[in-house]
This record gives sequence, C-alpha cells and structure tokens, in this order.
Amino acid sequence: MTAQLEYPEVQDSDALLSIQGLWKVFGPKAQRVPHRPDLAALDRAALYTRTGCTAAVRDLSFDVAPGEVFVVMGLSGSGKSTLVRCLTRLIEPTAGSLIFEGEDLRAADEKRLRTLRRSKFSMVFQHFGLLPHRKVIDNVSYGLEIRGESKPDRRRRAQEVIDLVGLAGNEHFYPEQLSGGMQQRVGLARALANDPDVLLFDEPFSALDPLIRREMQNEVVRLHREVGKTMVFVTHDLSEALRLGDRILLMRDGGAVQLGTGDELVGAPADEYVRDFVRDVPRADVLTLRWIVRDARPGEPLDGPEVGPDVLVREATRLVLEADRPVKVVSNGTLLGVIDDEEILAVVADH
Amino acid sequence: MAAITSDVEVEVRRPRRGVVVGILLVAWVAVYFVLRGIDTLTLGSQETTTLHRWLTDHRDDLGQGNVVFDAIRMTVDQFVVLLQNLLAQPAYGRPVPVIGWLGVVAVAAYLAWAFGNWKVALLTAAGLGFVGLQGLWRESMDTLALTIAAVLLSLLVAIPLGIWAGLSNRAFRVATLVLDLMQTLPTFVYLAPLTLFFAIGPAAATIATLVYAAPPAVRLTAHAIRSVPAESVEAARSLGSTRSQTLTKVLLPMSRSTVVVGINQTIMAALSMVTVAALINAPGLGDTVLKALETLDVGVAFNGGLAIVVLAIVLDRVTTAAGDRPWRTASRRRRILLAAGAAGVLVAVWFSRTYVWAAEFPTSVNIGSRIAVTTSNLTNWVQDVFGGFTYGVRDAVTKGVLNPLEALLTGSPWWLVATVVVALAAVLGRWRGALPAAVCSLLLVATGVWHDSMVTLASTLLATVVVVAVGLVLGVWAGRNRRVDTWIRPVLDAGQTMPPFVYLVPFLALFGTSRFTAIAAAIVFAVPVTTKIVADGIKAVPVATVEAANSVGSSNWQVISKVQLPVARRAITLAVNQGLIYVLSMVVVGGLVGAQALGYDVYAGFTQSELYGKGLAAGLAIVLLGVLLDRVTQAAARRTQRFPRRGDKL
Repeated sequence: MTAQLEYPEVQDSDALLSIQGLWKVFGPKAQRVPHRPDLAALDRAALYTRTGCTAAVRDLSFDVAPGEVFVVMGLSGSGKSTLVRCLTRLIEPTAGSLIFEGEDLRAADEKRLRTLRRSKFSMVFQHFGLLPHRKVIDNVSYGLEIRGESKPDRRRRAQEVIDLVGLAGNEHFYPEQLSGGMQQRVGLARALANDPDVLLFDEPFSALDPLIRREMQNEVVRLHREVGKTMVFVTHDLSEALRLGDRILLMRDGGAVQLGTGDELVGAPADEYVRDFVRDVPRADVLTLRWIVRDARPGEPLDGPEVGPDVLVREATRLVLEADRPVKVVSNGTLLGVIDDEEILAVVADH
Repeated sequence: MAAITSDVEVEVRRPRRGVVVGILLVAWVAVYFVLRGIDTLTLGSQETTTLHRWLTDHRDDLGQGNVVFDAIRMTVDQFVVLLQNLLAQPAYGRPVPVIGWLGVVAVAAYLAWAFGNWKVALLTAAGLGFVGLQGLWRESMDTLALTIAAVLLSLLVAIPLGIWAGLSNRAFRVATLVLDLMQTLPTFVYLAPLTLFFAIGPAAATIATLVYAAPPAVRLTAHAIRSVPAESVEAARSLGSTRSQTLTKVLLPMSRSTVVVGINQTIMAALSMVTVAALINAPGLGDTVLKALETLDVGVAFNGGLAIVVLAIVLDRVTTAAGDRPWRTASRRRRILLAAGAAGVLVAVWFSRTYVWAAEFPTSVNIGSRIAVTTSNLTNWVQDVFGGFTYGVRDAVTKGVLNPLEALLTGSPWWLVATVVVALAAVLGRWRGALPAAVCSLLLVATGVWHDSMVTLASTLLATVVVVAVGLVLGVWAGRNRRVDTWIRPVLDAGQTMPPFVYLVPFLALFGTSRFTAIAAAIVFAVPVTTKIVADGIKAVPVATVEAANSVGSSNWQVISKVQLPVARRAITLAVNQGLIYVLSMVVVGGLVGAQALGYDVYAGFTQSELYGKGLAAGLAIVLLGVLLDRVTQAAARRTQRFPRRGDKL
C-alpha cells in the first residue's frame, strides 16, 4: 500500500506533520483489522462481509511540510473527510502514528489535545458549521472566547481577521442573513482567528456556486500568500486540487492511490484509476515543458529561442509554434533538450 | 407457466384475513345465543371482591409511614402551598394572597411581553381579566398555581433527562422505550395508584400531572439536542471546546426553540391534567366544573370550562410566541422599555399589596353568573327545540348499535369472549397480537371487574369506529386540499389544547346523562389527533408518486384508494391506534355523565372510601384494555407492513 509513496519525499526533520500507517476502521471490534495482515489485505467488500467493518482510512503514510498546501482528493466515500478529522483526532484513529512538530498526537491526553486545537489547528467545514445564534463577530471570536481571552482582546483580533477575509461591515449580522459564500468567509475567519499553524479544510467550497467557488479559491491562494499557513485541503474537485495544491494525495476506498504534484498526476498517472481521473484535465494548463522535452536529434539546429523547464505548455505554445526551429529548454545554463511543434501539438490537441 | 399458476393457487388457497375475521364474528354470535348468561362474571356497582377489599384495607400501608413517599409528599405539598399563598389563597395572616389580581395581571403580561411580544401580553391581560370577570379569579389562580408547580417540577426532571437522552445513545433508547409505554397508558389511570402512595390531595395531583406532562419535554429536548448539525458540534470541538462549553455554548442555544415547543406541550398537558386531578380533590377550576357536572348544572360547568379554555389559549399563545422569538439580542430601545415595564410591574405589585381594590378582584361586575344563566337558558331552549331530535338520535344509536354490541360482550361467557379476542388477535397480528391478548384477558378476569370492562369495551369500540371513519374522511380531505388544511388545523389545535372536561359540557346539554353522551364526547376528543395524523400521512406521500398516478389517468377515488391510502398506511394504523387510546382515556371522564362501568368505578373509588380498592382495580382494568388494544393494533400494523419501512435495515 505504501508503494506509491516514493514521490518527492520531504525530509522527516522538515515535516510539520508526519503520518505513518494511519488506519480508521468503523465497525465491531475495529481494533483487530489493522493488526491482522489477513484482514488488512482484504478489499472493502470482502472486509465488510468478513467482519462487518469498513476501513475508511487504510494504512496512509505521508508528511506535510511547513507552509505547504497539501490537497487530499478523492470521490465521495473515499475516506478523505475521515482522514482530515483523524489528523486532530476529532475522529479517533484506529492505528498508526501522528507526529506534529515532533510530538506524538496519539499519546496526547484530552487536555493537551484541547490546547493544541485551541492554538495550533483550525478547521473549515463543508457546511460551515456556524452557530446561528451568534453574530458574525461572535462566531469569529468563539475560539478565542473558549480559551479564555478577554472581551476587548478577542474583539480586536476578530476584527483583524474579519477585515482580512473581506467581511468588514458584516460584523453584526447573523449567519442566516449572509449568502453561502459570505458564510464560508465567516468559517474561514473563525479558523484564522486563533492564529493556528495548520489550517484544515474539509471540502469547504463544494456547497457554493461555481462562480463563488472560484472567488473563494482565489481568496485561499491570497491568504496563503499573505499569512503563509500550512494547509491540508480536502476536495473532490480535481481542478480545485490542481489550482491550490502543492502536492496532491489521491485516495480511493480509504487507501492512497498516488501522491505527487499536480503535473505528476497528470503527466505520470500511477494506474488506470488515476488516468481516468485526470482524463478531462486540459493538460496544457497543468504540464510544464519538463514533461515533453526530448533530446535533440542529430543534425537539428540548436540556435532557437530558450525557455525554462517550469513554463506551462500553454504559455509556451505560441513561442514554439511561431519559431522556425526547435525551442531549447534550458535550466541554469544546462540544455535539457528541445521542443518542436510536434510535442506541443501532442499535448494541446490531445484529449 | 406452471410456476405462475402454482403461485396463484397458493394465493387463492390462503383465505383473506377479512374472511377469517368475519367467520369468527359470525361464529361468536351463533355461540352467544346458545350460551348467553353463563359465566358473565357480573358484579353489582356496590359489590366488591376479595381483591378489592384487600386493596381498600391496605390503602394506607404503602403511602403513610413510608419515609420516602412522605418526604416527597411534604416537599411537593409545601411547594404548592407556597404558590397558592402567592397567587390564590389568603396567606400569612392577611385576608388576601401575597400578590393581588392587579399584580398577577401585571407580572403575567410583562412576562408574556418579555418572552413573547406585546400582542400576547395584551392577550394575557385580557384573558386573566376575563376569568376574573367570570367570578372565577381564585379558582383560576389555584389552577394556575398547581399548573406552575407541576410544570416547574416537570421541567426540573425532564430537561436534564432530555439532555442526557440527547447526548447518550443508550439513554435515548431507554427513554424512547419508557416514554412510548407511558404514552399508551390512559392518563387518568395514573391518578389511582398515585393516591395510594401520596394520599389524596395536591401532592398526588401535582405528581400525577408531572408524570403526564414531563414526557413531551423529555422527548423534544432530546430530539432538539440530537438534531443540532454535526458540523457545528465538530467545529466547536475542533476549536478546543470542553464538553461543558460545547453543551452550554452550542447545543443548548441551538436547541432553544424546539425545547420551548416541548415546554409548551408540557404546559398544555399539565393544565389539562390539573383540571382532571379535581377527581382527587385538587382545588381550582376543575373542581368547579366537576361539582357542576355532579349536579348537572350545565350553566356553571360551562362557565368553568370557558375559564379553562381561556387559560389554555393564553398559555399556549404565550409559549408559542416565546418559541418563535428569533435569536437576536434585544435592541437598545426594547431593553429600555423592558426596564421601564419592570418598574411599572413593581408598582402594580405594590398596589396589589396595599389597596383592597387591587388585591381582590372586584365583584361588582360579574359576568360569570350571566354566562351561566344564559347557557342554562340556551340549553333548556336547545333541549326543548331539538331535544326530540337529539334524544331520538341518542336512543336510536343506543338501541340499534350500542345495546346489541354490549349484550354480545357482556352476555357471553368470559372464556368465550377471551377466546374470540385471542383468536382475532392471532389472525390480525400472529403471536405478537395473541400473546398480549391472552395475558391481558386473564388479568382482566383477575381484576374482578370483567363485566364492567366489557361494557366499557363496547362503548370504546363503537366510539373508535366513528373516530376512525370521521378522522379518515377529514384527514384525507385536509391532506389533499391545502385550503381545507389551513381551515381545519386551527380548529383541531384548539380541540387538542382544550382539557377533556370541557368536552362534556355541550354534550351534556344535548344528550343528557347517558352512555351515548360519554361516547360522543370521546369521539370529539379523539377526532382531532386521528385527523391530524391521517392528514400528515397523506401529505407525506411524495408528490411525484401522486403525479405519476394522475398521469396514467387515475380518477380521484383511484388516487386515494390505490395510491395515497396504501402509501400512508403506516400513518393510518398509527391514527387508529392513537384514536383508540384517546377514546379510552376519556372513559373516566365519561363516568361522570352516566357512562357507568369502569369510568364510574374509578370515580366511585375516589369518592367513596369503601370502594377505593374496586376503583383501583377498575383503573388497572382500563390500563389492561389499553395495552390489549394497543398491542393488537400495533401487531396488526406490523403484519400489514409488507414493504420495508424507511430506516429499516435491508
């Protein structure tokens, strides 16, 4: 199961959050499933008929680097929402280890866990999870209130994050008086208010209209740039994953199918499932020249224009097609190879 | 082909249940003519059995001297007396209660305004003023004091229990089981055993009311807590809330409006039970009505009943308004007004303690006697003009239907009736029906009031048939027609908030004292709940299903009979079940106006000390009848359920 996880490894010492062999099994006597190899090897249907258990998360291992946007993607029922809840033990994992800043989260007691949730982690929910009986500003300052900050302090801090997420002027409305997009901004502000190190997003925008969704995605990109938080982002929307994710973990039936950057998923799908998944992605928007560069053929002219390897295919299309000779791909003065009309068209025209 | 025909043959060979039931009934009637008069277990109204005498002799053993029950009784009594002193009875060496009428009206209206709105505040003031003008101020305050005591105690028990059941799955399962059982028990039956433990008086009345009134608050609190969106709770946890923070800052505030609905139901239940508790000497309006019914004074009974209805309307509207109040915190202007109002209330209370005119409700204008006289005159007029007609209807139904049915039930040997009942239960609900039917039948014999039970059963069955017929027609009509629904629903709501006593009054005027009167009152009491359940069931049939039926050209009747009724079958069996239980719970009240049998036995048990044990046995017999009918209808419903229910595991 961990075979796919050989993609760009973050060094252990650098990892902010390190997950090893994580399991979450629902059902009677769930404990035994991860610990018995014969049961652990069963697929979903067989496991259910044998034991009456369902493995929502099975044997996941990955690291999240500081400042990274780590996307967990999969169809509904793939276990991604369970996974993100296991990270702060909102759902208790069945087996495996969770290391955060060198601390074993699974060994933390109730009190320590509360402290961590109050200061290190925050979560944004699909259906917002707001408190309808509180005004926007009181929703945002809820996290500060329960950790016992004084009223002036939490008002000031709440106002800061309200301004940050573009909610200024709505402080004294009640959630039901706001649109869906605005409500999720409240959810975002509430998560930011206690200045966490890690932000967890559970399909935060899938309940929103497509236009609002795009706007909120841009908002997340902007916030990531401005406040530089580490983010774990769960989604079932591939284009969202590709837009936001530094790395993407693709899940299926609780297990990992592939872990890698967006262009790795599109350019080198690990199996048929991933290939199917990324089939409709406009590849030119995702793949960089690195993925299509080829060695120069003997006798080919090498005096064409130069481009870097991390330029998107879409961006290089015009240049390559207009040049009358192959374009050179150069990284730090080294020639990686060349690209001709043929390679470009293979990506742009392919579907 | 072969397989298909054999299937059909199997279907044909097994006779339909209706046919079996029909054969059973015909056979019963045939045997009845041969065996009538044998083993009927008749017991005269003043006669008792050994069991009854034993119960009478031991009535004091359990209640008095038992430290726990005495302590509870003392505490509750003192609490009730405190409230009575505050509102109703002369107290602390003064000829008037602590707070006079002006103070009470001011405080009540202020609370209605603060928790609801100014409209219900006006309604409150007007309602209290009206009962005062009726000349029933003290009685109303007694009823109010008892109701408040019972409601406060109920909530003290019910809200924590509800929260517990809301948080814990195990507690929820146990609570549902117990509450379901409590709901099938006819309410008046609580009274008799409770007097055994707490003696006759306010304590027993309050505790009986508590038992009756607490379940809705438990249920709705648990339901409210459980329906708080999981994400809001998770969000609170993810931010590091402790359990108590989650409860006080998230779960409870978000449950508020549903809990208030529960409190509303508790208050209404308490009010109706407090009036019925007049049977065990509880003071108040119930006592007024009861005394008037005993002397067949329709005018005074109507005046008292009207006051009960006015109180019910006020309490209902105020709590409903309180539940509808939005989350928002009060505006500055409202807060200033509330503070000013509080000052005004204090002034009114001070007045009511200082001046006689503000303490004792003025008697110069008494519309109560005028209402009573007018009602009496109207009743006489109705009896003169329509008496021939209404009495004719009464006698026709009594002679044509009720008497033969009663003769069949009471004239057959007990073992014949029991056999038929068990056989019917077995046909309708297999062993799930047959087993409780057998147990209940034998226990009925053991109570010594078999004969009276059969008389009551005859009335109950007749009333239930009418209730179901009327409820089905009205329910289907309201379920299919939005306009009818909006018209009929307030009437049904009003019918359900009215305490059961009140129903008797107009029927007493129309039909005099007779079994038929009690049946008619029971029908009116039970029709609203049956109609509502049927209407809700019909409305819950998916629109697409009805449209599909219409699109293939079904007539209205076909849509009703082939689509809506079958799909709503679950609701309809529930409606029948509830109709039965409601009819049965009017039995004791019906005993007041000539229903005889069990209702009279229970009533006589309350009033004549030597019949106490028999009353208790009769109360038990009502419970047994209730359990019997409930189990059999439930088992029949379960068998009727061919397709899996929603939520069932497939």
